[in-house]
Amino acid sequence: MQWETVIGLEIHVQLATKTKIFSGASTAFGAAPNTQACAVDLGLPGVLPVVNEEAVNMAIRFGLGIDAEINQVNVFERKNYFYPDLPKGYQTTQLEKPIVGAGHVDITLADGSTKTIRIHHAHLEEDAGKSLHEDFHGMSGIDLNRAGTPLIEIVTEPDIRSAEEAVAFAKKLHAIVTTLGICDGDMSQGSVRFDVNVSVRPKGQEAFGTRTETKNLNSFKFMEAAILKEVARQIDLIEDGGQIIQETRLYNGDTGEARSMRSKEEANDYRYFPCPDLLPVMINDERLAKLKADMPEMPDAKKSRLIAQFGLSEYDAEILSADQATAAYFEAVVTACDDAKLSANWIMGELSRSLNQSNIVIADSPVTATMLGGLINRIKDNTISGKIAKEVFEVLWQGECNSADEVIDKKGLKQVTDTGTIEAMIDSVLMANAQQVENYRAAEPEKRGKMMGFFVGQCMKASGGKANPGMVNQILKQKLDG
Amino acid sequence: MAIDSSEVKKVARLARLDIDDSAIAATTATISNILAMVDRMQLVDTQGVPPLAHPLEAIQRLRKDEVSETDQREQLQSCAPAVEEGLFLVPRVIE
Repeated sequence: MQWETVIGLEIHVQLATKTKIFSGASTAFGAAPNTQACAVDLGLPGVLPVVNEEAVNMAIRFGLGIDAEINQVNVFERKNYFYPDLPKGYQTTQLEKPIVGAGHVDITLADGSTKTIRIHHAHLEEDAGKSLHEDFHGMSGIDLNRAGTPLIEIVTEPDIRSAEEAVAFAKKLHAIVTTLGICDGDMSQGSVRFDVNVSVRPKGQEAFGTRTETKNLNSFKFMEAAILKEVARQIDLIEDGGQIIQETRLYNGDTGEARSMRSKEEANDYRYFPCPDLLPVMINDERLAKLKADMPEMPDAKKSRLIAQFGLSEYDAEILSADQATAAYFEAVVTACDDAKLSANWIMGELSRSLNQSNIVIADSPVTATMLGGLINRIKDNTISGKIAKEVFEVLWQGECNSADEVIDKKGLKQVTDTGTIEAMIDSVLMANAQQVENYRAAEPEKRGKMMGFFVGQCMKASGGKANPGMVNQILKQKLDG
Repeated sequence: MAIDSSEVKKVARLARLDIDDSAIAATTATISNILAMVDRMQLVDTQGVPPLAHPLEAIQRLRKDEVSETDQREQLQSCAPAVEEGLFLVPRVIE
């Protein structure tokens, strides 16, 4: 039977505020346990939460970024459940009146087609603390620094039909929140976390199958793997005559294993009610207008502009517009060297490889946009070849020099473009390989092209890579054929 | 709307309230009375009246995003039953 996958996502995005959503405690990552959890975060008796203006503004910016309606009246509610990392006994969240209404995110798929994924709504809420299950004499350790960190939870409609679409959506959403500057986007530290609702149904059937929810996936790779695994599990189970149970599942990215979470008997009985400690938050036209005027160029608009302004391919533009920092870096390199295609190639090639290997974000790159632009200029004016340029890049990456010119100067990497020098070098190469020269001249013209490569290689080697490849080719051909 | 004793037990468990079996009947009656009052209130015509989120007809003031809290861990943990390496210790929870 042909099966169709149906996926809906819930995404928790940590907002990049300095303080908690309801208290003035810091949200900085990496502090010693419980040093950033104040009486409000701990829910001690007698405290009063006060809403952080910046968290409200950031949620509104998100809504504007996905063309959503912003709800003027906002009510916070209590979602009641007991868990040690939730010291108040309830999570303050939104239910009936979320800040962001229906919107949409458009994704581009591998075949170049685009698809609209509808957003049901997004609401403001607080994060919980962290439970550490390492050995504390059979007990669990609780760090409440994260408790009260502002989140927006974004809920999609079940519009996603494959793991590929889910990943494309997740990447696009990541691009949107980082472009807006409302989230640092650091998935390894849990700044963006995905819950995936997966079900399958026979192709052509309208009714949805029973869904399962896999929680807390914090990388695109894990999300893709978890979806593929769950879809296969569901299809196998149904085809073997079994039934899907609606449940919450856990996926372990390190082992690739998935299992059912012990189902909690009354898990879904959260007994929501409006939080009596918080008054409704009203969003007036003035605030909305101010935030609207302050919106950055969004990824879709940026992508179109990069294509129109710099003649980039759809593919290059998609990658370079994926986050604010990469786009800014690209534009700075183009300003420095006036060559968009070379800039794109270097950023997506050498630079991105080096960044990935060292696990550094582009904003912290030891090779600045000005340095890379300077390097590309020396390729363009034939001072160095593309091959030598990679050597120069490596030296710049190591931080030994401050500009490509300095590296070229110090290391004596300047390309040899003097005809006399190149000719002399070629002569000695041809002399040392007399047999090959004879073979070449005896060969059919169509076979010569390939044989020519040998001589070019020898000459480049003899020059330590510094000979201008174009000139070597041209002079070699004259000498061999002439 | 009436409520039976099994529902009272369920709600008590959700709220982590330890209600003695001997008190269940009385609690069930009390809550049923409250629900009867709610039923009566439901008869009021509220057509066109916006839902009330808070009895105070005021709106929430917002706070500037500035750090105002300092580390009070030692004081805040002084009432915790068990603490280690700055963490609160609780009976093992594992999902």
